[in-house]
Amino acid sequence: MAREDHLVISSGKAVQPFHYAVGLYGSKFFQELKENRRLVGSKCPDCGKVYVPPRKVCGGCFKEMKEFVEVGPKGTISTFTIVRYTFIDPETGVQRPVPYGYGFVRFDGADTVFQHFVELDEKHPIKIGARVETVFREKMEGTIRDILYFRIIEE
Amino acid sequence: MEKIAIIGMGMTKIEANKVSENFADMAWEAVNAALADAGMDIKDVSNLITTSNDFWDGRTISCMAVGDSSGAREKNCSCVEGDGTYGAFYAMARILSGSYPSTLVTGHTKGSESISSLITNAAFDPIYERSLGVDMITASAMQARAYMDKTGTTSEDLARVSVKNHGNAKNNPYAQLPMDLTVEDVLASEMIADPLHKLDCSPVSDGCCALILADEETAKKFCKKPIWVKGAAFCSDAYFLGDRDLAKPKSLVAAAKKAYAMAGITEPTRQIDLAEVYDAFTYQELMWAEGLGLAEYGKAKDRLKNGDFDISGTLPVNASGGLLSGHPVIAAGLYRMAEAVRQLRGEAGANQKDGAKTAVVQGLNGLCGQSHCVWVLGNE
Repeated sequence: MAREDHLVISSGKAVQPFHYAVGLYGSKFFQELKENRRLVGSKCPDCGKVYVPPRKVCGGCFKEMKEFVEVGPKGTISTFTIVRYTFIDPETGVQRPVPYGYGFVRFDGADTVFQHFVELDEKHPIKIGARVETVFREKMEGTIRDILYFRIIEE
Repeated sequence: MEKIAIIGMGMTKIEANKVSENFADMAWEAVNAALADAGMDIKDVSNLITTSNDFWDGRTISCMAVGDSSGAREKNCSCVEGDGTYGAFYAMARILSGSYPSTLVTGHTKGSESISSLITNAAFDPIYERSLGVDMITASAMQARAYMDKTGTTSEDLARVSVKNHGNAKNNPYAQLPMDLTVEDVLASEMIADPLHKLDCSPVSDGCCALILADEETAKKFCKKPIWVKGAAFCSDAYFLGDRDLAKPKSLVAAAKKAYAMAGITEPTRQIDLAEVYDAFTYQELMWAEGLGLAEYGKAKDRLKNGDFDISGTLPVNASGGLLSGHPVIAAGLYRMAEAVRQLRGEAGANQKDGAKTAVVQGLNGLCGQSHCVWVLGNE
């Protein structure tokens, strides 16, 4: 059989939608974000570590966390990349415009780092240790996209 | 520990798109190669483990779909979702239970059949991360940046890994991307996500690898050159990347410590003859080599530059060409083990490290090396 005779069958257009439970901790995070433009993490009663996003369990101590603490909205870039390859945006299914900045930010008051877009700004080149502020979307919807991106600031 | 040996191995050639073969066809080829290598009939194998990932395969319970062509009919067949080194660990544990004299383990992936960035994006948290579009390349670029910042490793250092591994692949008949490269070629290749150039990244690949593990009695019955498991361990870190220090391979250090303790390795740089590590990206080879104790933290770049990691060096790393030269995701760690077996048997041809007696192999599971699985293998 010639190579061009080989068949590939496509999976078609049907998709499997999922309905992911946000959980009580996530619900608190998004409620504070949407209603108060506030960022919260959860604090471990044993080691005192503040986790963002908040979750029930401190993996290090295997302890349940019950305390919520406010963090940010300013923070520091811990690492970053500038994405330059084109790829399919999982949200829209179309190619996303590049380049764009992406990074991890340690919110003031947090012990873990949080990932999101970072604005590319010629005057303030993105680098490890740069200070940032959180830019929120005008009309909040209670999703992670209520944060538009981090903007590099001078302090 | 009871003695466990690898007595057979079979690899398909790693290719960008095995359009003429489906998963079961690839398994058939690798399994029969492993059986022939071990001098066994499928009737001699009492049970098997298949290793796959449902998202990559695009089907639910993907591991069972390759059962017939892997020889599972009327046998005890179990499955692992993750890297093949973990499937092999399960195979080893089964033999140690005393109920199974030998276990066949396979791992397969066809990266060609889907969009890799969507598959790896789906590994991230669906509530907080996935909609931002982060995938394995973006996350690894951030890890590379953190590692380079902490250690002073440069883009030229990373490029040397690519030059070495693609060059080593020229003598590996199973490799997908043998290439003659210079550091300048790597630096001139397209910037994918800073600091990673295209030639810092492993390709999308198809392939299947099979190993047969056995207890000592079975190994001696079938195999002239059994390769012995001297130590094996794995260890996990936090799920969220933001909870970890991405610049340091903490869980690898812990896994290596356990595996080395089992194997009696106290000075890895002296006692280990070669390493096969999970170089999905150039920087990872350096990070993982350090995590395995083959260089001090931040110093792998110096050993690389010095030629120590070359085939002619004191401690070849990825003499096979590594994953940069072909990366069938789930099978990747099994390929690393099979390549170490070739070396320890003295069957690695032009890539042979003379007199190799002890090898370390590392596989990983999870984003940016959340979990690492370390094997110490030896021919004595």
